[in-house]
Amino acid sequence: MIEVRDLKKGFGDVEVLKGLTTSFDKGKTNLIIGQSGSGKTVFIKSMLGLFRPDSGKILYDGICYSDLDFEEQRAIREKIGMVFQGSALFDSMTVEENIMFPLQMFTKMKKGEMRERANVVIDRVNLENANHKLPSEISGGMQKRVAIARAIVNNPKYLFCDEPNSGLDPHTATVIDNLIQEITEEFNITTIINTHDMNSVMEIGEKIVFLKEGRLAWEGDKTQIFRTDNEEVTNFVYSSNLFKMVRKAQNTQ
Amino acid sequence: MTYLHDIGKYFLMIKETFVKPTKGKVLRVLIFKEIDDLIIGSLGIVAFISFFVGGVVAIQTALNLTNPIIPKELIAFASRQSVILEFAPTFLSIIMAGKVGSFITSSIGTMRVTEQIDALEVMGINSLNYLVFPKIVAMCFYPFVIAIAMFLGILGAYIAAVYGGFTTEDQFLTGLKDDFIPFHITYAFLKTFIFSFLLATIPSFHGFYMRGGALEVGKASTTSFVWTSVAIIVTNYFITQMLLS
Repeated sequence: MIEVRDLKKGFGDVEVLKGLTTSFDKGKTNLIIGQSGSGKTVFIKSMLGLFRPDSGKILYDGICYSDLDFEEQRAIREKIGMVFQGSALFDSMTVEENIMFPLQMFTKMKKGEMRERANVVIDRVNLENANHKLPSEISGGMQKRVAIARAIVNNPKYLFCDEPNSGLDPHTATVIDNLIQEITEEFNITTIINTHDMNSVMEIGEKIVFLKEGRLAWEGDKTQIFRTDNEEVTNFVYSSNLFKMVRKAQNTQ
Repeated sequence: MTYLHDIGKYFLMIKETFVKPTKGKVLRVLIFKEIDDLIIGSLGIVAFISFFVGGVVAIQTALNLTNPIIPKELIAFASRQSVILEFAPTFLSIIMAGKVGSFITSSIGTMRVTEQIDALEVMGINSLNYLVFPKIVAMCFYPFVIAIAMFLGILGAYIAAVYGGFTTEDQFLTGLKDDFIPFHITYAFLKTFIFSFLLATIPSFHGFYMRGGALEVGKASTTSFVWTSVAIIVTNYFITQMLLS
């Protein structure tokens, strides 16, 4: 479980996060949604320790991250898997080397054991015949699968995904969403997904945190979000024509 | 103020590079890869440039020796002094700032814009140690490149002078040994060693702290070349002042 208490972060005179307090449950896919510029990426990067918060606390299973020294923070980071928006695969390494990378850095496994473990997760994310290819030689969807495989290879306790299905076609996006949800349940990890894709919300939104201009505007789950009276949420949810039509149909029924 | 801020940031980066080390086994592989990229990969261009510039120095000196009182041995003497004291250590380092420096800046810069550095940091890896330290170690072998450049520069001068008909072999070899001061070799390698550190760290700094996208990677490479060249020239002046004057 990850708890966030009164988190504030700004850049110069611009205050991006204005005192966020929320929590993300273990074994659930937790979604952070909001419009572009609402502070989602800054929020997720602050939780990851890539940005130092101006104030507030981030607690990983009750342990305050900012109170820890480097080695203790590193111990927590070893338990974090991250899927970046652009996959962030190491482009000079093959798919297999990318996936084995966390094992090389943090375990004492022999090469054969690492390869075996990598192949287990490669099978899990349904990647075929890509082990010896470079990231530039595979499709965007496959790159996302490699990024997920790399994120889960070292059995993380926390999985962060920054817009994991951006740039993917709707079918592949759904496959990736479902894969993340299955992995979350299977390994009982705390998953936090940063997205503005309403299809993801409908598919896997077990807990949804809605940000508006750096503030927590609403939280709930995927069934509640379509029934809420919160105007800010409804404006966001029903901003696309598709969802406007869905709402119209619901109202007609 | 910006310059002062950047200088301070550069020294903090160097400090950070040497702490919280990456796993030795991984680091060893990275160092060998960097030696291959930065040192072995530069040998061809260094050999080519050194050989021909050595030849040109010899020809230029020979063509300017119009006074018959000046001995022909001066061709070899001038070529040796030019190559050992300045051409090989300093001017090749400036060329390397373009070749190796822009490679370092663009590779680290691309890792920055594609979030690969963020990926390292999320994993709890000291990205500066992982990326910059192997480059510093690899560049410790740079003086060997300069030794080859010195040899080939003088060989080029020998071939151009002797086979170009400007001097005899005996005159060239006599001139080559004339007034040879062994300390000049120490001086040349000492400054080469300092330049190797600058060549590894300044381009890394520009790549690591760049912001933006692909266009900014290109701009950072150019800026890194300019500042590495400036640093080499200024350092060269002070080292020469301290050691030779």
